Amino acid sequence: MTNQILLAGFGGQGILFMGKLLAYFGLYEDKEVSWLPSYGPEMRGGTCNCSVCIGDEPIGSPLVDEPDILIVMNTPSYDKFIGSVVKGGIALIDSSLIEEKCDRDDIKCFYVPATTLANEQGMKGMANMILLGKLLKEADITSPETVKKAMEKVIPPKRANLIEANLKAIELGMSL
Amino acid sequence: MPEFKRPHALADVTTHYCPGCTHGIVHRLVSEVIDEMGIEGDTIGICPVGCSVMAYDYFECDMMEAAHGRAPAVATGVKRANPDKFVFTYQGDGDLAAIGTAEIVHAATRGENITVIFINNTTYGMTGGQMAPTTLPGQVTQTTPYGRNPDVEGFPVRVCEMLSQLSGVALAERVTVIDPKNIAIAKKAIRKGFEFQKNKQGFSIIEVLSTCPTNWGKTPIEALQRVRDEMIPYYPLGVYKEGAVR
Amino acid sequence: MAEKKLMKGNEALAEAALRAGCKCFFGYPITPQTEISAYLSKRMPKVGGTFLQAESEVAAINMVYGCAGSGIRCMTSSSSPGISLKTEGISYIAGSDLPCVIINVQRGGPGLGGIQPSQADYWQVTHALGHGDFHALVFAPASVQEMVDTVTKAFDMADEFRMPAVILADGLLGQMMEPVAFDDAEIKMSDASNKPWAASGHKNARKHNIINSLYLQPDQLEDKVTARFKRYEKIKAERSEAVSDYCEDADIVVVAYGSTARLAKSAVESARKEGLKVGIIRPVTLWPFPVKQIQAAAENAKKLLVVEMSMGQMVDDVKLAINCSKPVEFYGRTGGVIPKPAEILAKIREMGGKD
Repeated sequence: MTNQILLAGFGGQGILFMGKLLAYFGLYEDKEVSWLPSYGPEMRGGTCNCSVCIGDEPIGSPLVDEPDILIVMNTPSYDKFIGSVVKGGIALIDSSLIEEKCDRDDIKCFYVPATTLANEQGMKGMANMILLGKLLKEADITSPETVKKAMEKVIPPKRANLIEANLKAIELGMSL
Repeated sequence: MPEFKRPHALADVTTHYCPGCTHGIVHRLVSEVIDEMGIEGDTIGICPVGCSVMAYDYFECDMMEAAHGRAPAVATGVKRANPDKFVFTYQGDGDLAAIGTAEIVHAATRGENITVIFINNTTYGMTGGQMAPTTLPGQVTQTTPYGRNPDVEGFPVRVCEMLSQLSGVALAERVTVIDPKNIAIAKKAIRKGFEFQKNKQGFSIIEVLSTCPTNWGKTPIEALQRVRDEMIPYYPLGVYKEGAVR
Repeated sequence: MAEKKLMKGNEALAEAALRAGCKCFFGYPITPQTEISAYLSKRMPKVGGTFLQAESEVAAINMVYGCAGSGIRCMTSSSSPGISLKTEGISYIAGSDLPCVIINVQRGGPGLGGIQPSQADYWQVTHALGHGDFHALVFAPASVQEMVDTVTKAFDMADEFRMPAVILADGLLGQMMEPVAFDDAEIKMSDASNKPWAASGHKNARKHNIINSLYLQPDQLEDKVTARFKRYEKIKAERSEAVSDYCEDADIVVVAYGSTARLAKSAVESARKEGLKVGIIRPVTLWPFPVKQIQAAAENAKKLLVVEMSMGQMVDDVKLAINCSKPVEFYGRTGGVIPKPAEILAKIREMGGKD
């Protein structure tokens, strides 16, 4: 079993960071993992996406084009990728930025007003973590201990003050 | 009175240079400086593509042959890996001021601690006398049969003037070797270049106005006279920049 | 081995170069390999090495020539259009018998092409990496850890055979992160002590060394090239590498290298689950090409399928390897389009893995 995860939004929303955390979750659970960003000029202020694979077998293609988990944080990404989610897959949608509602009944959609929540809760810029928390609640990805360990790995020591804040945002997401 | 003999750094071989060509004099001056500074065992020379392409056989220090124009980049590679060694390039005008313009400009502006010996004889000698970037207006060459016309072929490059604008340059000096007095000045300039390098004070270039009797269609004596009458007025001798960068 | 951590292919490769004693790096920015330069610009000064951003790809490879000629381990990296510019210098390096490592993180071409992953430089890197009769060693890793492991091997073999070594990656391998581990050995920068041929200053202790590729006498040049090709024969006989899976009973053998081999392997495994008798062989060295290994893998096969991110380049070498004794089909995507495992599987089905 390999989780094929696709994360997409605007540059600056922490898409790649969220992907890196997910990849470390896998690594610390002794799984095979890969992380692949979109790269090139599209990164400059445009859409940004990131493929993460977590599985028991060595990863074949690191490029996810048919995700079983999709997290989208802007409308262009929603429009582009919602149709590609495999049957039975799940989609997490930042409903404060994406107005559309999905009419597919073969996937599970979760509408999380993550950006609004983050702003209201003094967690500006951490909408990605709220969505990640929601994902951890809805899918069997990893344990809270691993989340903490990965967070400590991914955030550089000179920014250690952000570790707690990010973990809090994840907790908020898990409570939704 | 010191004995006149071949410098140790100058190989005891017959060169392929034409009669009346001044490469031999410049080779000798570089070798004398290497001998006097006692640095032959710590020196790596880089040859160009052009008439001095086989200079690796004429110097007794370690030598490398570079691709056309790339000697300053090759020298950079050697020097960065071996900052305590002496590195010089020996380049002609086509090599340095046409195909290798980017390499010389950037080595100079980086202030690479290398010494560049630049032979300006206003022609591509090795390939049979085509227009060089330094060919004078009106000069007839194989590829400017009606004389270099600035409206068509543009103007000559004055290398020392150009490079002297760059902050990394410790020494930019134009000399010639057409008579004993100028030979003495040239040697002093070359020595200065190596001294700047020794003290890690920046990039040095010594431009030597040289002859090419064969391709100019002149006798050796006439060729020396042409340097005096035509080249020096266009390429004035002297120091364009001098002073430690670091 | 230290703890595994996630690293981008480009960064892992750069770290591996340091650990292989690469003292100098000369580079020029180009997507998708720029992380190599960025990483080394940070690390090199801390471990006593040199990072230099050159004024051009041409200058960078000639800096490598100079540095390698003085006996010091060095490296440059680029992507397809930049490698074209470097080919002049690579030819001189090969013609002067100098060891160095060159990275090509391939992108789509020709011309400026695109910046997405591609394998369209196969012909260039294996057959014509510059003018003249010569070869470079060519390695094609397929994972981030293999990128790391290949770097040391590339430096060692380059030194052993005094020739340039190329690591042929692509944007996918360069940009992706996977877990990697490095061994804990202390970083030790290379010196010229075991290279008696190096032009590093003779210290008045030996005759002068000359680094050169110019031989104006045809018979001299012929002797020089012939001697080099004798070395090549030894390398071809002893040093080619490939990895094969499921080939023993396979009716169809898939041949793919680098990141494409991962995609193809996913397809092969799906095909096996469907009961199709399919195997896969992945050339690890592209020069020397693993001729014997491909012959062995194809021995019981009815057909071969070559998959590449190009219009079909390695497919020629596969046909030559088996002397065209069996049908060799091709599937590829180009321009930066990555073939999907499902597409490769469809091609396998079409070829009739089932009788």
